[in-house]
Amino acid sequence: MKRWLPLILFAVLVGFFAKGLFLNPREVPSPFIGKPAPAFTLPLVGNANASFSPADMKGKVWLLNVWAPWCVSCREEHPVLMALARSQSVPIVGLNWKDKGREAEQLLAQTGDPFLAVPDDLSGKVGIDYGVTGTPETYVIDKAGIIRMKHIGAISEEVWKEKIEPKLQELGA
Amino acid sequence: MKSRHKKLLVIVLALAGIGIAAALILNAFQSNLVFFFTPTQVDKGEAPTGRAFRIGGLVEKGSLKREADGLTSHFVVTDTAKSMNVVYKGILPDLFKEGKGVVAEGKLGSDGLFTATQVLAKHDENYMPPEAASAIEQAQKAQKTLQQ
Amino acid sequence: MIPEIGNFALIVALLLALTQAILPIIGAQRGNLTLMAVARPAAQGQFVFVGIAFACLAYSFITNDFSVVNVAQNSFSQLPKIYCFAATWGSHEGSMLLWALILGFWTTAVSVFSRHLPDDMVARVIGIMGLVSAGFLSFLLTTSNPFLRLLPAAAEGRDLNPLLQDPGMVFHPPMLYMGYVGFSVAFAFALAALLSGRLDAAWARWSRPWTTVAWSLLSVGIVMGSWWAYNELGWGGWWFWDPTENASFMPWLAGTALIHSLAVTEKRGAFKAWTVLLAITAFSLSLLGTFLVRSGVLSSVHAFATDPARGAFILGFLAVVIGGSLALFAWRAPKMLTGGRFTWFSREALLLANNVVLLAAMGSVLLGTLYPLLMDALGMGKISVGPPYFNAVFVPLMAPALFLMGVGPLARWNGSSLPDMVARLKWALAISVATGILLPLTLNGFNPWATIGIALSIWIALTVLIGFRERLKYTQGGLLSRLSNLPRGFWGMQLAHFGIALGVAGITVVANYQTERDVRMNVGDHTQLAGYTFTFQGIKERQGPNYRAAEGTVEVSKEGKKLFVLNPEKRIYNASGMPMTEAAIDPNLFRDVYVALGEPLDDKAEIWVVRIFYKPFINWLWIGGLMLAVGGLLAASDRRYRIGVKAPAPAPAGVATQGV
Repeated sequence: MKRWLPLILFAVLVGFFAKGLFLNPREVPSPFIGKPAPAFTLPLVGNANASFSPADMKGKVWLLNVWAPWCVSCREEHPVLMALARSQSVPIVGLNWKDKGREAEQLLAQTGDPFLAVPDDLSGKVGIDYGVTGTPETYVIDKAGIIRMKHIGAISEEVWKEKIEPKLQELGA
Repeated sequence: MKSRHKKLLVIVLALAGIGIAAALILNAFQSNLVFFFTPTQVDKGEAPTGRAFRIGGLVEKGSLKREADGLTSHFVVTDTAKSMNVVYKGILPDLFKEGKGVVAEGKLGSDGLFTATQVLAKHDENYMPPEAASAIEQAQKAQKTLQQ
Repeated sequence: MIPEIGNFALIVALLLALTQAILPIIGAQRGNLTLMAVARPAAQGQFVFVGIAFACLAYSFITNDFSVVNVAQNSFSQLPKIYCFAATWGSHEGSMLLWALILGFWTTAVSVFSRHLPDDMVARVIGIMGLVSAGFLSFLLTTSNPFLRLLPAAAEGRDLNPLLQDPGMVFHPPMLYMGYVGFSVAFAFALAALLSGRLDAAWARWSRPWTTVAWSLLSVGIVMGSWWAYNELGWGGWWFWDPTENASFMPWLAGTALIHSLAVTEKRGAFKAWTVLLAITAFSLSLLGTFLVRSGVLSSVHAFATDPARGAFILGFLAVVIGGSLALFAWRAPKMLTGGRFTWFSREALLLANNVVLLAAMGSVLLGTLYPLLMDALGMGKISVGPPYFNAVFVPLMAPALFLMGVGPLARWNGSSLPDMVARLKWALAISVATGILLPLTLNGFNPWATIGIALSIWIALTVLIGFRERLKYTQGGLLSRLSNLPRGFWGMQLAHFGIALGVAGITVVANYQTERDVRMNVGDHTQLAGYTFTFQGIKERQGPNYRAAEGTVEVSKEGKKLFVLNPEKRIYNASGMPMTEAAIDPNLFRDVYVALGEPLDDKAEIWVVRIFYKPFINWLWIGGLMLAVGGLLAASDRRYRIGVKAPAPAPAGVATQGV
């Protein structure tokens, strides 16, 4: 019995680790889910005279993708977003977050632009209103302007198929 | 020495070691655990007075002021629902900025002023300390519940 | 093309690792010599292919190939080449590849230096190391591939974390990993012994030099990490009880217990099961350290938050490796419980006490590191366990261990007489206690912590001298030749213990007698600290390779005589915009003068907050740490490990033995 003690102690430890691992901060239950998307009005990248506001999207199910040109994981999800844009499965708005280098316009011209509109959140304030902890993050917003889901990290094809697409269907996109 | 005695010696030694260690650890835990509170919890009076704890949130824009000695700084930490005044004497960390996440450790005075002994903001540019992020999320959750 | 070659080499290495793991172990169980013979070539081949993969990644970094995700995220075109190379292991993926490379290195070393060992033992040891390799390589390939492409390529990289752009960081991780991974050899020997059922003194003798070398390198790694934190973080501290530091300190504590317990097993045949358990523990803690630092469980770095697969893989891997070996231990260990005899006051008993204290210290660090995680997992709120806890637990636990350190090497195996010991040590005890009390009184008044630290440091140093005197008493010839005739094992032990004495002295003095000052300074302002006068002569802009710096000039003088000029910097890195404090230090053997820039207080950046430290004896800490490592290496090179002995019988009880 005594010889089994180390093994038992270790098993308890693994249990805690497993719990800790699948806990914070991976899926912080966002307090914004089920709440109206915070309103804002921001100028657009490439056309500072025009502006975008979430109210413009009333009546549509849409994605708010928070990205930045300096963010490498955003490039990983870029091909997926391009494919979505091509198939016109859902309108995507790309919030350009803290782009201090002002590179967004050039980058989108080079690699392709999957976004319906690219509001320019230079100060990062809108990001804070949405509880953004880092890029990329994506919000699913329904016809009534309520946030229905938040995904932290890059959207892969898997994430799209297993997480986002079912949600969109449920919302009647 | 008989092997039974040796076994006994081993057991006694081990028990004594474990006992002393456990006593030390429990004692140290009692006095040195640092709990974390959000400004909202502090406002509700959940935080202890006379014992050190941590607070987290954003440094309110335009709230940073320095005294003439250049070392004592005053700023406001907010979780977007409630805010609290913090005073800190010393050099602020490199990544301390207004509008950014921060965690401060110190004691709460009876006047509601939080005297920090340590200010942490050591993550990279676009990342918020998890404690600060969770303070803001909790506060906003509470706020939304109230509005409904 | 180069990254694809690297990727392919990793796949080949994984296949070789599986071969190396499976065939030799089956061969050893069945007594099949052909299968056992696969072990050596497979291990060496695996090392070559991991080496190719590593070279490919390093090449991509050095040539700034931003079409590789890992390079784009961790390098920068203006980054100096030496840091480009170091950036190879600056990221999660790269450091895992470095881990695999070093494991390959150790396995190859075992395959080369094991000619005198029985074939089945070698086959099992290499096979077990192959299993660990296979785990790490599949982790790399499935969740952390360093060769992933980024298309289209990024125009510019995001730069290596500025904290890591320091000479200390170039060597710190490889050293640390040499130590961590080196414990895999002791681990593999222990498991091989459990599998074969031959847990004897020969086994302890084989695994001892490997363990000592790994422990020495881990010591160097930890000392370098501490030195880096002191130089680079700008806070003047050298140990923060940060989870990352604790992750490397726990295997070190277990490893220290292990090298002492191995000594008893080799010399006396006692503590066998205990030694095996320690070998498993030391390597398990190395794996746990990797898990804690690399999975983001403790300090949640956003990059990991997006990838739970990594954490899950490491956890599963830990469960299999550690759980499996503990199960094997539970199943096999009772069958070979034989031990030597010893009395309550003998070297064995003292080493056992040392083991108990070291493990209690390790347990307290483990608890303090994991407690916040446990509380969080149980939903009992967020808490943090800081340096006050660790200091409150660690110092009282280590004090008796340091005292015993003076007695242990002078006690005889099997049994010593207490009155005899008191007679041999009474002067050392009196001198150390008296100095411990008097020295603080002359400096700054009575200080119990300083008394304990100084007394223990002098106590250890004196007992080392007594050890030498007693060893030399019965030898003939000139002092130098008598000294050089002492076995290296003895020299190594004494050197390492003396290193501890220096380190304890350094820690005690710097913790109790350092002075510091944060002061607002305009151009031409003076301030005083510890008898030195510091004059702030202003700031100038400087352009570094990948950063802009505000470089301050602080002139230091004593009694009107100019001594030296220090140039602390505040850097802003171009790619990340991250500010960094670069301290300026004037070191010597008895004190460091340390100046760091705080922040500018006016718009023109002429008035600054400046932080000044006077740190007496701090360098004794690093010197002591290095001495510890040199002692270990010296002991591992002892002649008796190099003699080709196939299977020596365990030392019969009562035979006089030499040194530990």
